[in-house]
Amino acid sequence: MLNLLSIITFTPLLAAAIMALFLRGNDEATDTNAKWLAFIATVATFLFSLILLFGFDPQDTGFQFVEERDWIMGLTYKMGVDGISILFVMLTTFLMPITIAACWTVTHRVKEYMIAFLVLETLMIGVFTALDLVLFYLFFEAGLIPMFLIIGIWGGKERIYAAFKFFLYTFLGSVLMLVAMIAMYVDAGTTDIPTLLTHEFSAGTITLAGWQIVGGAQTLMWLAFFASFAVKMPMWPVHTWLPDAHVQAPTAGSVILAAVLLKMGGYGFLRFSLPMFPVASDLLAPLVLWLSAIAIVYTSLVALMQTDMKKLIAYSSVAHMGFVTMGIFAANQQGIDGAIFQMISHGFISGALFLGVGVIYDRMHTREIAAYGGLINRMPVYAAVFLLFTMANVGLPGTSGFVGEFLTFLAVFQVNTWVALFAATGVILSAGYALWLYRRVVMGEMIKNSLKSITDMDRREKAMMAPLVVMTLLLGVYPAAVTDIIGPSVTALVDGHVAALAAYEATTDAAVRLAQN
Amino acid sequence: MIASDLTVALPEVLLAVFAMAALMAGAYGGKDKLAVPILWATAAVFVLMALVIGVGSYETRTAFGGLFIADAFAQFSKLIILISAAVVMVMGQDYLTSRNLMRFEYPVLITLAVVGMMVMVSAGDLITLYMGLELQSLSLYVIAAMRRDSQKSTEAGLKYFILGALASGLLLYGASLAYGYAGTTQFAGIISTIDEDGMSLGLLMGLAFILAGLAFKVSAAPFHMWTPDVYEGAPTAVTAFFATAPKVAAMALLARVVHEAFGAVPGDWSQIIALLAVLSMFVGAIAAIGQRDIKRLMAYSSITHMGFAMVGLAAGSAQGVQAMLIYMAIYVTMNIGMFAFILSMSRDGRPVTTIDSLNQYAKAEPLRALALLILLFSLAGVPPLVGFFGKFYVLWAAVEAGMIWLAVAGVIASVIGAFYYLRIVYYMYFGVETDPLDSAMPPIQSGLLIASAAIMVLGVVNLFGVEGLAAMAADSLVR
Repeated sequence: MLNLLSIITFTPLLAAAIMALFLRGNDEATDTNAKWLAFIATVATFLFSLILLFGFDPQDTGFQFVEERDWIMGLTYKMGVDGISILFVMLTTFLMPITIAACWTVTHRVKEYMIAFLVLETLMIGVFTALDLVLFYLFFEAGLIPMFLIIGIWGGKERIYAAFKFFLYTFLGSVLMLVAMIAMYVDAGTTDIPTLLTHEFSAGTITLAGWQIVGGAQTLMWLAFFASFAVKMPMWPVHTWLPDAHVQAPTAGSVILAAVLLKMGGYGFLRFSLPMFPVASDLLAPLVLWLSAIAIVYTSLVALMQTDMKKLIAYSSVAHMGFVTMGIFAANQQGIDGAIFQMISHGFISGALFLGVGVIYDRMHTREIAAYGGLINRMPVYAAVFLLFTMANVGLPGTSGFVGEFLTFLAVFQVNTWVALFAATGVILSAGYALWLYRRVVMGEMIKNSLKSITDMDRREKAMMAPLVVMTLLLGVYPAAVTDIIGPSVTALVDGHVAALAAYEATTDAAVRLAQN
Repeated sequence: MIASDLTVALPEVLLAVFAMAALMAGAYGGKDKLAVPILWATAAVFVLMALVIGVGSYETRTAFGGLFIADAFAQFSKLIILISAAVVMVMGQDYLTSRNLMRFEYPVLITLAVVGMMVMVSAGDLITLYMGLELQSLSLYVIAAMRRDSQKSTEAGLKYFILGALASGLLLYGASLAYGYAGTTQFAGIISTIDEDGMSLGLLMGLAFILAGLAFKVSAAPFHMWTPDVYEGAPTAVTAFFATAPKVAAMALLARVVHEAFGAVPGDWSQIIALLAVLSMFVGAIAAIGQRDIKRLMAYSSITHMGFAMVGLAAGSAQGVQAMLIYMAIYVTMNIGMFAFILSMSRDGRPVTTIDSLNQYAKAEPLRALALLILLFSLAGVPPLVGFFGKFYVLWAAVEAGMIWLAVAGVIASVIGAFYYLRIVYYMYFGVETDPLDSAMPPIQSGLLIASAAIMVLGVVNLFGVEGLAAMAADSLVR
């Protein structure tokens, strides 16, 4: 199949178009049809992506399944996957049917809701498969539109503030990246990502408005990309949009936001910042490492004090993303392996946690921790599932959460012991807030009258959780399932990074020697 | 060689003759009874002229001893002007008829304005420039004040006239300085004088005054003050016209003057244009935040957009001109869609223009709301909609010309601007329920609204080939 990636990317969009054009009516039957159509489309997309996974050759570190067509102004429509991006595509297609299933209880404007999610899926997959700078930007930014609507139309009480904050915050971050992308285009004469990966951007010191900028153009471009990805990630201190957006978004929106959209930032660092601007990445790595460490500790502390379950999990997401950025900018094999692993595993775990909150929210219509307690008495299955994901979130060995954290610590310890030490305290705190949340919500006696008639998870909810449980445990005991696929590409990335740095140092040494003579 | 001269300017001549004939028909025929047929006839003639120009020659031809130039650049601009004028006229017909504003002078004045615009974009001489500009402006002053019994409309016309006359005065003063120091009013003569003797101080002053006058016509900050009032006061159908064709003509004229007459010294004018661009982008974006009236909001939005188009011009390259032309084509398409909708905004038959009247519009009219949503995101420049590509082109031209600061300023302004477009989306989709707008919408208007939204989505594939045409046009201008 020559156009496999296009098929995977645009199947959901096609379904959305069919739904928008041909599905008429406002009755319940239409709503049910819309849900089934969306579900079938996302499952079909997942099946197509399985073909991709089985046809993928991990030993080949180049891009595979490449398609290329001419586009306007010298840009190309080019798609392809390598070891770094393929698992993100899989993560997205895997989670989408579950997300659609989580929307089953929605009754307000169902058709539009499904269309928004299907469009969003196309855009998310596009981000991970695009091999043209501008095409990437197109997908990256366009995701804001459906997400803005999802939060704004179907969100909670403060949804309008949250939707605007989400949109403008991430938009501001990204436009600077756009300018940097244009500068790269002008410099390299192409927007083809594989070519740009081999292009050497100038790193000579330049003076701008009286400031000496070490690393020159690379540093400036790196910072512009950083503005975008750090907001998307989100990194401390630009994370403040995330708790608002998460709390106000409907359950399915939160799942997608945490599980996939946040990964775009990490993917961006791996695809652009690290390989294209190696000198700047090396120069600014300490900054990122410390920001990550602060994020891990600070947001864990903040999470401890939350009274809203979703907000607590949102802060814990920020903390976990801290591990990711730490791993990426440790820039060694373990670090990047760990970062990707952590992103994949966090996709499953945070998705499941938000689904878990959604399950009890659907029943009680509140996310206040204080409104719950003793759920184990009436919801044994829920208690077990929630326990598993709480433990996975803490990073218990045997769950996928452990592998990612362990690998990133291993990596950072080699680079900067103090950061590793500081960040490690965050792990203790994460155990604190997660277990405390679990105790307050699930354990104890059921003393609240309002909870007396609460029911356990039904078949749909169990079916939603089951794949996530399987994946979390599977990756926990057999991490090679991921590292075998990403390994060779990561090795190539790290080798390229080291080589680029060595080459740069050689030239600067030569220049210094020349100056001394 | 008067015959060959006339063939070069044939579309203009024919249109002028048609305007006279229509005027006669109207005056001696049935007065306003003929207004609607004349309007349709005018639109048909516009489209016909567009076809003549479109399939005609794109070679550079000059006429009347260099006073008049017909090159690919002029042809491209004329195409946009003619088609958008025809569409806007047809689109507003229903609005004017139902409000008793449909006079036969309206299509005649529009035709004269369009002739003026076509002369503007073909000007090869300061005199031709001024003639075209004044023909256009005088027609526009009159139609701005077309609703005579409305204080606001009269005020709009008067304000437009006084400020417009001031701008014309500035421009004329600049032209006289340029004539005095270059010894000729022809663009070709001015540029060869600069080539030989360099840029004299007098010429520089002349350039500055000409630019100020033209900045007024494109409503660039700080010469934008008239725009919101005129947009608000004029009947909506007229506002829609103001927002489209005249902007293209003025922008094309600006490009022509700076490249044909002062192309030898891009450094001198590109700074001025860059400054105008930055001011326009920010003034438009920030001032629009406080607006509650959608017509005023569109006025500020057009100021911002002119700023972006000027970013392309400021680059001072063929690429910049190409970017500007593409930007204008996209801008006009988006504005036609927006105004098709604004024309239909009414409650119990009375026009409303406040943006909060759109509350929960998505519930009442999902399809139109979706089309409007697409247009608004496109205006804000959010990918993957075509509006993004307009911005991308001009930013690219700016970065290529080494003006990264201008590109950064542009993107920051676009974030600020996104806020007020989003607010309309907010009213439509998240707002509280209020009295709904009338759901009736003439098929032409709803068709154009949906068509322009569809173009914003489908244009992603190849921009409908505008790129190649614009490149050819830019190459004919910048040598």
